[in-house]
Amino acid sequence: MEIGPIWRALTRNKTGAILIALQIAVTLAIIVNAVAIIQERSRLMARPSGVDEANIFYLSSIGFGDDFNERVTIQEDLDAIRNTPGVVNAIQSNSVPLRGGGWSMGLQTEPGSESESSGVAVYFIDEHGLDTYGLELVAGENFTAGDVNWREPQGVEWPDKVLLTKAMAETLFPDDFMEALGNTVYINGNEPMTVTGIIKQMQAPWNGWNGVERVMLVPQHTLFGSTRYIVRTEPGERDRLMPEIEELLAERSRQRIIRGMTTMEETRERSYQGDAGMVGILMFVVSLLTAITALGIVGLASFSVSRRTRQIGTRRALGASKPAILRYFMTENFLISAIGVVVGAALAIGLNMWMVEAFSLTPLGWYLVPVAMVLLLIVGQVAVLGPARRAASVPPAVATRTI
Amino acid sequence: MFSYYIKLGWLSIRRNPILSILMVSAIAVGIGACMTVLTVNYLMSSNPIPHKSDQLFYVQVDSWDANGFDENTEPVDQLTYIDATNLMKAGKAFRQVASNRSGLVLEPSNEDERPFLVDARTTHADFFPMFDLPFLYGSGWDKSADDAQEQVVVLSREINERVFGGEDSVGKRVTMDGMNFRVVGVIDEWLPVPKFYDVTNGAFNLPEDVYIPFSVGVANQLSRNGNTNCWKEPDGEGFEAFLAGECVWIQFWAELRNEQEKEAYMSFLNAYAEEQKALGRFPRPLNNRLRNVMEWMEHQEVVEEDAQVMLWLSMLFLLVCLLNTIGLLLAKFLGKAGDIGLRRALGATKGTLFTQHLIESAMIGLAGGILGLFLTWLGLQGVQHLFGEFLTNLAEMDWVMVLTAIGLAIVSALLAGLYPTWRACNIAPASQLKSQ
Repeated sequence: MEIGPIWRALTRNKTGAILIALQIAVTLAIIVNAVAIIQERSRLMARPSGVDEANIFYLSSIGFGDDFNERVTIQEDLDAIRNTPGVVNAIQSNSVPLRGGGWSMGLQTEPGSESESSGVAVYFIDEHGLDTYGLELVAGENFTAGDVNWREPQGVEWPDKVLLTKAMAETLFPDDFMEALGNTVYINGNEPMTVTGIIKQMQAPWNGWNGVERVMLVPQHTLFGSTRYIVRTEPGERDRLMPEIEELLAERSRQRIIRGMTTMEETRERSYQGDAGMVGILMFVVSLLTAITALGIVGLASFSVSRRTRQIGTRRALGASKPAILRYFMTENFLISAIGVVVGAALAIGLNMWMVEAFSLTPLGWYLVPVAMVLLLIVGQVAVLGPARRAASVPPAVATRTI
Repeated sequence: MFSYYIKLGWLSIRRNPILSILMVSAIAVGIGACMTVLTVNYLMSSNPIPHKSDQLFYVQVDSWDANGFDENTEPVDQLTYIDATNLMKAGKAFRQVASNRSGLVLEPSNEDERPFLVDARTTHADFFPMFDLPFLYGSGWDKSADDAQEQVVVLSREINERVFGGEDSVGKRVTMDGMNFRVVGVIDEWLPVPKFYDVTNGAFNLPEDVYIPFSVGVANQLSRNGNTNCWKEPDGEGFEAFLAGECVWIQFWAELRNEQEKEAYMSFLNAYAEEQKALGRFPRPLNNRLRNVMEWMEHQEVVEEDAQVMLWLSMLFLLVCLLNTIGLLLAKFLGKAGDIGLRRALGATKGTLFTQHLIESAMIGLAGGILGLFLTWLGLQGVQHLFGEFLTNLAEMDWVMVLTAIGLAIVSALLAGLYPTWRACNIAPASQLKSQ
């Protein structure tokens, strides 16, 4: 190979080469970090919420007027919804996973305000809760109708029984989560509750919370004036039932407002909208940037080909074959790109270290940098192919002409 | 001379249309990406009330749990009812308001129309002059209405439109949650971005539909739609116990016109905290804060971290585009080596050539900037589409951003043109003439 002469020719006219190399380096740094962010966000978005997302929707009912009897309304509403054909089950609950707003408390294994407590998301459900959300019980048993009581506004009473997710049980009993079963945990510092069951998985309403899988289920109906019904339907029946259930509730009383009818799928979409947007933008940036860099290579290579037309003609006249000319420009680009990707690798790692520090991003996967290096080398070779072929097709006779 | 250079630049740009288009697009794409992100960042971090942002202070008194306290611990971001009431009663600031987010069911007088839910803010009389709300009709209520728990209401323009068809509704009545409110004012379009007076419940939410006295909200136990945090459960059941408990749910602002007033208010807050300690509350060491609007926005990190990451990436993006442009300009100017050599040989000074080529670069920059503006507009549409309602108020360009974009484009192009121009001017006249 003619690497020696190509390199020496490059060093004599290095500005263009340096510019391309720098451009490749910065491109690599951006691409690698953008992909790292895309990976991180996609991982977050792929986490399951633990509930039967495809078949659940929910809506709120807000009662008003002096003679509005909330307790009776809730019982009758739930009966009516559960008896609708196509509905699997329904409950009243305060929130759903990923909704954004919800209720949290602290749980601890020892009573007293001195003891350390762990934050936990609270869902109020009744004995239909597990079926409605589609939750899997790993150990213990579901609530019975007798466990469920009514919570007044500003009430401070907690029931005796509680179900925990496996993640919450692990937080409280790090040695073995099964220890939680039958054990007593304390809410509000010193109110005891017995753990009667462990749920495999369910997410809190806040996807950004670091304890997103720490959830407790409490057997209580709430009388907070505004209530939320969660409805699970047979597969494929959801969209048909949504307007039907809304109508059903609206018809039953004029003293309330039905609003905020939302599916779990919409909730997921809204919850991760920022992340999805970021992923979209970054993907766009990665492709645009690669295209710009490729165009830059094309532009500069074309320029250098046209400037060296006579030189190429001379070489051809002296016996250089077409492939030799092609190889010359490809090798030249490879040398420039190689320098670019090496510098870029260092830049990418540096930028990532800084971003991890400044924005608490996760560090790069080890394979990202080498993969991006190889890809950019290939992009460079493809980009230079056109100009190089044009160079190769310069006829030897050019050498004899003046410009 | 200037117009002659522009003509020369134009001719030169036309001579290599593909190279020129590449350069203009590179700058345009870089500017478009940078400005899209910059606009969102700029709006997120803009000053929502510039003429008095340094006189409005968010008040934090630390009523929180002593557990887990260390010297870096921030006081909790809202106030308890006890503290808000006490600070209101003391009235030590020029103006002060406690406020909270709530919701009401509005029952239109027209029987055919269904009742609907409105976002409400319960607050004090000073809210309106303090935050300079623009009134379409009427005005805010008097302080006496606060004390007397008068059922008065200030409507937003939209609600007035919906309920009264947009007419002057001052003096008319609206039924909300079964109560009969008298309209005292209608505010005009008012959209503070960020929604600085209640960052806790969403810095980019829309303002509320109706404003009613705080005392009316409490007396009627209206629901709280905002964030409520308690570090210990109230002693006993019911609303009274809740009010007397250690739950924070109220935003408190004070208007302090100068440094003296601010210092005086800070000492008042500290004295108040000591007083509460004596009563057995405020278990933490003295830890109160007064932050003006911009300090509060910064502390609450109103500008999303994602937006900052994007800003850095977009700057690097612009850098790539500029490197690209430098390379292309270099190619172009050196390609004119023959011309330049001839002009030098005919007596053109380096200075004139320098000016001429910089003007050509600036023209490319200007074209790139204008195209970049269009791309920015496209980018903002795209961003809005991707992020949805969160960005509705954040994806609009104002003239500051338009000028910034053009300026950035020209400066970038000039910077990019500097080195190629310098190289072009140093072409020796003789070397080019020989080969001709």
